Amino acid sequence: MVETDVAQEPVGPEHEPPTEWMELNMGPHHPSTHGVLRVLLKLDGEIVRDADADIGYLHTGFEKSFEDKTYTQGITFSDRMDYLAPPINNVGFVSAVEKLIGVEVPPRAQAIRVIMMELARVASHELWLGTTGLDLGVYSGFFYAWRDRDLALDLNEAYSGVRMMTSFTRVGGVAWDLPEGWLDQLQRFIDVMPGRLDDFESMLTDNPIWHQRLKGVGVISPEDAIEAGVTGPVLRASGVNYDVRKAFPYCGYEQYDFEVPVGQNGDCYDRYRVRVAEMRQSLRILQQAIDKLPGGPWLSTDRKVALPPRTELSTSMEAVIHHFRLVSEGFKGPVGDVYAFVESPRGELGFYLVSDGTNKPYRMKVRPPSFCNLQSLRKLVQGVLVADVIAIMGSLDFILGDCDR
Amino acid sequence: MTVSATAPLVERLGERFKQALQESSEFRGDLSVVVAPSSVVEVARYLKEEDGFDYLLYATAVDWPTRDPRFTVVWEVRSLADKTRIRIKTTATMPDPHVPSLTSIWPAANWHERETWDLFGISFDGHADLRRILMPESWEGFPLRKDYVSFGEPVIFSDQKLEGLEPDAIRG
Repeated sequence: MVETDVAQEPVGPEHEPPTEWMELNMGPHHPSTHGVLRVLLKLDGEIVRDADADIGYLHTGFEKSFEDKTYTQGITFSDRMDYLAPPINNVGFVSAVEKLIGVEVPPRAQAIRVIMMELARVASHELWLGTTGLDLGVYSGFFYAWRDRDLALDLNEAYSGVRMMTSFTRVGGVAWDLPEGWLDQLQRFIDVMPGRLDDFESMLTDNPIWHQRLKGVGVISPEDAIEAGVTGPVLRASGVNYDVRKAFPYCGYEQYDFEVPVGQNGDCYDRYRVRVAEMRQSLRILQQAIDKLPGGPWLSTDRKVALPPRTELSTSMEAVIHHFRLVSEGFKGPVGDVYAFVESPRGELGFYLVSDGTNKPYRMKVRPPSFCNLQSLRKLVQGVLVADVIAIMGSLDFILGDCDR
Repeated sequence: MTVSATAPLVERLGERFKQALQESSEFRGDLSVVVAPSSVVEVARYLKEEDGFDYLLYATAVDWPTRDPRFTVVWEVRSLADKTRIRIKTTATMPDPHVPSLTSIWPAANWHERETWDLFGISFDGHADLRRILMPESWEGFPLRKDYVSFGEPVIFSDQKLEGLEPDAIRG
């Protein structure tokens, strides 16, 4: 915790005395940086006066790669950016393409997308809980969080064959229907999780050490949060009630009954509370999605964008032609530019797609929530102790793969 | 965003910035305005102060090598209260592409404009800290430009010379 008189001393590079501040490299291989991030700290004793986040270690040029692949091929790039919530990236990417070409998604596909996205949200927040606890000394919590996250990954595997890089969306729907028995497995997950979250909360929520490390640390006011462009749980913990799922419902989120948890103080502790509450809301959404899962097709019947079912290939010449065209060159989009966005566990994940009328994106700009949240780190750590930098970085929940693309 | 909600905004912008507002369009419900580079800051300030566009989503650019001006620079902002969105576009020309920075209006543009400088080589006048962000400081070239080769290695046959190739193309 920072004493008041310390916090009021001048910060920023313009106040740097000629010799006294020490430069400290945190990272790029520091366990608390979750990925590869280097933070250059300027220290006055134990107090951080300035910080410069050096990102780009995981820059892979996904935006450039999108330009070389057809829209369908691009789906596999999307989940490799934010590798802790791949289904949400899949949906974000295809919703930009769907918005561009104007294709309808059948209700069952939308419900499957919602289920996969909420599972990913729970898995991502579980991982956050485990690793942030680990950074702050809650070693056992990490193992419990990992165990619970694995339940969600098992469901990913049972549905798509892959635990993480699901690539389950297709333009106009999803690639496969839910396998037999999958909903029962999901129901067991929904039944077991509230108790596990209670266990976690009984360990942390009223824990005095947890309070000391998080309460009043890394405070950001609602005005500053909006100005800094932060998003997701970080923005909501400051009291700004903005969640894409409520503000601009997509995939039929308006049909589900859930609340958007909002904090009051905008400190690390509120971010923790918001994320735990969000997991409970996600479980509520999952239960509703099971209860009223619509039947019908899970992929659009528009043969110009979606593959025909395999059974048709042996009976219909037209299906063979469509199949060949879609696989060999894909479909073309109209000339124009669109911005589509979804709520990822880290905030608003947006895709700005520019099309020149060919079968590939002319430009695909990703608006990564981690990038926007990490930008606020410099202001948040000025005047705090070095140990609090770890807590603040943890509470921002950035994923460098998402940030650097 | 519906047409009726955005039309008055475009009309007001057109009235107020007669010369500067070059074009406005709506595609799939997304509203875009193209503004002359010299008036971007003015229009942005008007949008933030008069229309409540308080939240910057991203800033980026699009490279059109065959067009003149070559680059389209894009900022997209949202009004959290009204749930509306507007895309502000302007243009930058070679050989020294530069546009005004909007960091004075929306501080969140800081890293986004740095990224645009890093990947497109478009400089933002008035940006306090314009340096590379994703690529290393020593990197040559601007990866998201269309003439920057991303895949493959060019093969030089014995009857060809290296001369016609850009340094970027050689690196591949």
